[in-house]
Amino acid sequence: MKILVPVKRVIDYNVKVRVKPDQSGVELANVKMAMNPFDEIAVEQALRIKEAGQAEEVVLVSVGPQQSQETIRTGLAMGADRGIHIEAGQDVEPLAVAKLLTAVVGKENPSLVLCGKQAIDDDSNQTAQMLSALLGWSQATFASGVELAGDKANIIREVDGGLEHIEVSMPAVISVDLRLNEPRYASLPNIMKAKKKPIDSLSVDELGVDISPRLTVLKVEEPEARQAGIKVESISELVDKLKNEAKVI
Amino acid sequence: MAILVIVEHDNDSVLASSLNTVAAATEIGGDIDLLVAGHNCGGVADAAAQIAGVSRVLVADSAEYGYGLAENTAPLIAGMAAQYSHVLAPATTYGKNILPRAAALCDTAQISDIIAVIDADTFQRPIYAGNALATVKSAEAVKMITVRSTSFEAVASEGGSASVEAVSATGDAGLSAYEKSELSSSERPELTSASIVVSGGRGMQDGSNFAMLEKVADKLGAAVGASRAAVDAGFVPNDYQVGQTGKVVAPELYMAVGISGAIQHLAGMKDSKVIVAINKDEEAPIFQVADYGLVADLFDAVPELEKEL
Repeated sequence: MKILVPVKRVIDYNVKVRVKPDQSGVELANVKMAMNPFDEIAVEQALRIKEAGQAEEVVLVSVGPQQSQETIRTGLAMGADRGIHIEAGQDVEPLAVAKLLTAVVGKENPSLVLCGKQAIDDDSNQTAQMLSALLGWSQATFASGVELAGDKANIIREVDGGLEHIEVSMPAVISVDLRLNEPRYASLPNIMKAKKKPIDSLSVDELGVDISPRLTVLKVEEPEARQAGIKVESISELVDKLKNEAKVI
Repeated sequence: MAILVIVEHDNDSVLASSLNTVAAATEIGGDIDLLVAGHNCGGVADAAAQIAGVSRVLVADSAEYGYGLAENTAPLIAGMAAQYSHVLAPATTYGKNILPRAAALCDTAQISDIIAVIDADTFQRPIYAGNALATVKSAEAVKMITVRSTSFEAVASEGGSASVEAVSATGDAGLSAYEKSELSSSERPELTSASIVVSGGRGMQDGSNFAMLEKVADKLGAAVGASRAAVDAGFVPNDYQVGQTGKVVAPELYMAVGISGAIQHLAGMKDSKVIVAINKDEEAPIFQVADYGLVADLFDAVPELEKEL
């Protein structure tokens, strides 16, 4: 079995993002970039499935600028086998990404696609669901437990009220949540090995997908900053303020 | 213009998130239809017909919709979408699971998690965990949108008199099956709709110490939440999590106890009306957003607070 894992290059989660003065977007120049943290969890899960003898190959795919190859290398250093880079300059919307991934699935024939549940840049939380729809496959979102059993997978999903257990038929698209696993760090020998692993390049035209945007971002602005209030000295002062000043208790 | 709102429910009652989503539809303007897809959900349909401002309630009552599986519900929505200018669902795990699948079936780009309606085509949504707000215009024939509940004040659940009409079911896709739920049972209010939330962070040191917060919460009629750090440390289950990767809350009062205030956490609570922070580290970033800050050891302060209330 082959597992396909889409990975996205995003601003590192530790970086404080800054909105550009002309409100056209956020500043990306000279900002530290990294693999989307949810995608790291998806890569880790794919590697664990392979290590358990339930898959033969883990293939990474990334849509984005040339530097997305660095993100693929990060996943190869974790232990994935090879990568596919689809060069795309502009911000590609989730629907277009799902169409590109559908085309890649057509070429690669994986039995499982493991995705992060959302990218921490646009926070859309759409791609896995859309890919699953376009493929007509089973869908399991927000997974915190994944167990493969033949042509089925048992999934534990993180839902608002707690956990939900479902069983999906393979092939499936699974989007992963934070608590599924803790991704490994790449060792130095594996980082060196990763440099020799192959990354194929595909163009959007080759895949025959129209990725022109359907949505227009008119502006991006900073949210109104919340002002720090006052420090109270004691619990009794706090309770007094909440009762008599803020009137919330 | 006509707007379809997907009702979130448990086959028994309409969930609060649906009322906030109807509020967003009211702001867009136009006739509002509701879709209740479920199994043995007649009571939900009758309750939905009472919601203020609704024209029609469309009910798809069939076994395949019983557990909100996306593979079964999305084709139903996709089949109805063309009759509407907008299709709205709450940006809860229910809506986030189903609507993008329906949007892809309609070859439509979705706008996720809107916090404001600018006009019928233009919406505001948070990106980068709420550190930036994007104003997005859609040229799609049908705008498919998920709505952040805390950003729209719920419409009245009574006073309406919509008609109730059955729609045909689309069948079981046969791709997935529901097995069971492990839902947290609590006498306390639900996190996202509570008017007071008391949350604990890594500073709680141990899950058993959350009992202190629960006592305070019970005196205030509050829900109990947690930071991701506290969830990752295994103190409490994940459905307590407030933040970018958890729930977004905007109560009247949010009390952050032993929470440092990582960007990730602030994304989930900074729209609260009043924020209280109790932390022994006076440099903790949570104090930069708190209306009332108390620098104190929480193990002294929380029991004292409980006594004072």
